[in-house]
Amino acid sequence: MNEAAHPFQFETASYLTRICNQRASNVRALRAGLKRCSAASIFYHTFHSLGRLHFIPQGFSNDFAEWVLKSCNQPRLAEQLASLDIREYLSLTRLRADLWGLVNSYCLENPREARQPAFEPLYFCESIEVEVPLGKQARNLKEFREGITGLSHAAFHFHFITSRLRLRLRSNDFSLWLAGELGRESLARRINRLDIYTATLDGVRQQVIDQLDLEIGA
Amino acid sequence: MTTAPAEPRLHSVNDYAVFVGEAELAELRALAARLGSHSVQMVNSTAVGGGVAEMLNRLVPILNELAVRTRWDIITGGNDFFEITKAFHNALHGGSYDLPEDTFQTYLAYNAQNQARLQFDSEFVVIHDPQPLPLVAARENRKNRWLWRCHIDLSQPNEKVWSFLEPFVLQYDGAILSSPSFSRQLRIPQYLFYPCIDPLSEKNRDLEPEVVDAVLERFQIDRTRPILTQISRFDRLKDPLGVIRAYQIVKRYFDCQLVLAGGSAPDDPEGGAVLEEVKAAVDGDASVHVLDLPPWSALEINALQRASTIVIQKSLREGFGLTVTEALWKKKPVVASAVGGIPSQVIHKHTGMLAHSVEGTAFQVRYLLSNPAIAARLGQQGHEHVREHFLITSNAKRYVTLFLSLLR
Repeated sequence: MNEAAHPFQFETASYLTRICNQRASNVRALRAGLKRCSAASIFYHTFHSLGRLHFIPQGFSNDFAEWVLKSCNQPRLAEQLASLDIREYLSLTRLRADLWGLVNSYCLENPREARQPAFEPLYFCESIEVEVPLGKQARNLKEFREGITGLSHAAFHFHFITSRLRLRLRSNDFSLWLAGELGRESLARRINRLDIYTATLDGVRQQVIDQLDLEIGA
Repeated sequence: MTTAPAEPRLHSVNDYAVFVGEAELAELRALAARLGSHSVQMVNSTAVGGGVAEMLNRLVPILNELAVRTRWDIITGGNDFFEITKAFHNALHGGSYDLPEDTFQTYLAYNAQNQARLQFDSEFVVIHDPQPLPLVAARENRKNRWLWRCHIDLSQPNEKVWSFLEPFVLQYDGAILSSPSFSRQLRIPQYLFYPCIDPLSEKNRDLEPEVVDAVLERFQIDRTRPILTQISRFDRLKDPLGVIRAYQIVKRYFDCQLVLAGGSAPDDPEGGAVLEEVKAAVDGDASVHVLDLPPWSALEINALQRASTIVIQKSLREGFGLTVTEALWKKKPVVASAVGGIPSQVIHKHTGMLAHSVEGTAFQVRYLLSNPAIAARLGQQGHEHVREHFLITSNAKRYVTLFLSLLR
C-alpha cells in the first residue's frame, strides 16, 4: 500500500448562525434580498442548510426553495431553485447570480404571484465558520478509511461538500488527496460523483467507505 | 401516590457518546481546547426552577469538564423585583405593562445592588434574560465580551418596556435568540442558539417498559388503544379546549384516548379556572385523562410521552416549545401548531406535522393513525433532528464556537 508524501489532515468546521436584519415577505422581496445579502448568507441558506438537515433525504435542498414552496406556495419556482446543485458552484458569487436569475425571471413572468404575501417571512441568516484541526492524519488508504469512519457529520460535510468553495475546484478534499498524493485517480472520480442530494450524510459516508474497501481489497 | 425524586447523579461528557457519537465529542473537545484558558461567567436570576436554570445546571459542568473555566452567578432581589421582571417578561411577549413608572427605578436599584456585589472579571460574560440586563453597566473599557442570552420572543414587545430595555441591550457585543422569528432589527449581532434538552435527565432518559406500564396503570390509561397526549400547563395559550375538540373529531374514526397532563403554576391565577373549563369540556368522557401533575413529575411526563401514539402541541402562542423537543427525542410523531419556535423543530412532513386549526390538527392525527409507517418515519427523523441540533452537547458547542469567533 503506497504512502503519501503529504498526509491527509482531518479538520472540522463548527458553524455559528447569525440572524441578519433582513427579511423577505414575498417573492419580490426575496429577489431584492438575494441581491443585498452577504455571501455568508448565501452559504447559510444553501451549503449549510444541506448539512443541517442531512438526515432528511426526501428532496430537501436549500432554504430558498423550501420557503418558496411552503410559505409562498409557488411550486414551479421552488423546483427550479431546488434543482441548483451546489456542487456545480465554485464561488458563492456565481450561485447568488443563478439564484437571483431564477427569481427575477419568475417575478417578471408572474408579477401578481410574486407580490403575494408569504405565510411566514424568510429570515436571512448567515454562517460564521470556525475551522479546527482534529489532530488526526492519514498517510495511506487504510488510515484514510479509518479517519473517515471516525469523522463527525460537520467534518465530513466540511471535507466533502464545502471544500469546493475553498478549493475552487469541482472536486473535494478526499478526491484531491487520493488523486494527488496516492495516484488513485479512478477512485477519486468515483467518490466525487456520489450524489449528496439523494442520501443522508451517513449514507454518502458509507458509500465513500465502500469505495475505499473495494480499492483496499483489490 | 407520588414517585420519589431520583438520586442526583453527576454525568460526564463521555456519557453523551451513546447519543451523539464519539466523533461529535472529539470535535467538541477540539473546539474547547482551542479556547484555552479563557474564562466564562453565566449570570441569571434563579438556581432552580425554570428552563434556564435547568439548562445551566448541565451546561456549566459540561463546559468546566471541557476545561472552559465557567462560573455561574445568580442575582438576588426582593419579591417586588421579581414581580416587576415577571411583568417585563409578559410585556416583552406582547402583553400590556400596567405597573407604575417608578418600577423601572426599582428594577435598576436591584441591579445596582447586584452589580456592587458581583465580580465581572471573566473574558466572556453571558447574561440570561431581562432580569440582570442592566449589569452591562459594570463593563469596564470594553475589556471583556458581554453577551445577552434572551430566551424570550422579542418580535412584538410592548413598546414602553422595550424602549426602556433596548439601550442596555445595545451595550452588549451580541444578543443570542432562540429562533430567527424572535429577532428584532438591532445594530448589534444577533446569534441563533436553540434551546436544548438533556437526554440523561429524568424527563428524557430511557425508561424500562415496566416503569412506563406502572405509570399508565397508576393513571388508569389503557395501553391497548391509541393514546394522544398533550403535555402542557393548563393555560389558554396552550389551547387545551382546542385539543379536546380535535380529539372529539378523531374519536369519530378511531377508538382512542386523550391525555392532557400538566400542572398549573402557583403564580398563575388563571390555571385553576382553565383546569375547570377543561374538566367541563371533557364532559365525563372516560377516555380523556386530565392529569394535574405536581412540579416534580419528570418521570411521569417521560413515561406518558413514551407511551403516547401521537404527541400534540396545539399552542396558540409558544416560546420554543421544549415539550415538542422532548417528544421528538422519544421518536414520537408530533402534530403541532406552527407558532413560536415549533416550526424550527417540526419541519412539516419531515419531522412531524404542522397544523393551523382544530380541524387541521384532527386531520393530521387521523392521517398518522392511519399510516403508522409514515408516523414512524417522522418520529425517527424528528429524533435525528433533536440529536443534531437540540441536545445539551450542541448547546455547549455553540457557546464555544461563539467565544472562538469573538476572539478572532
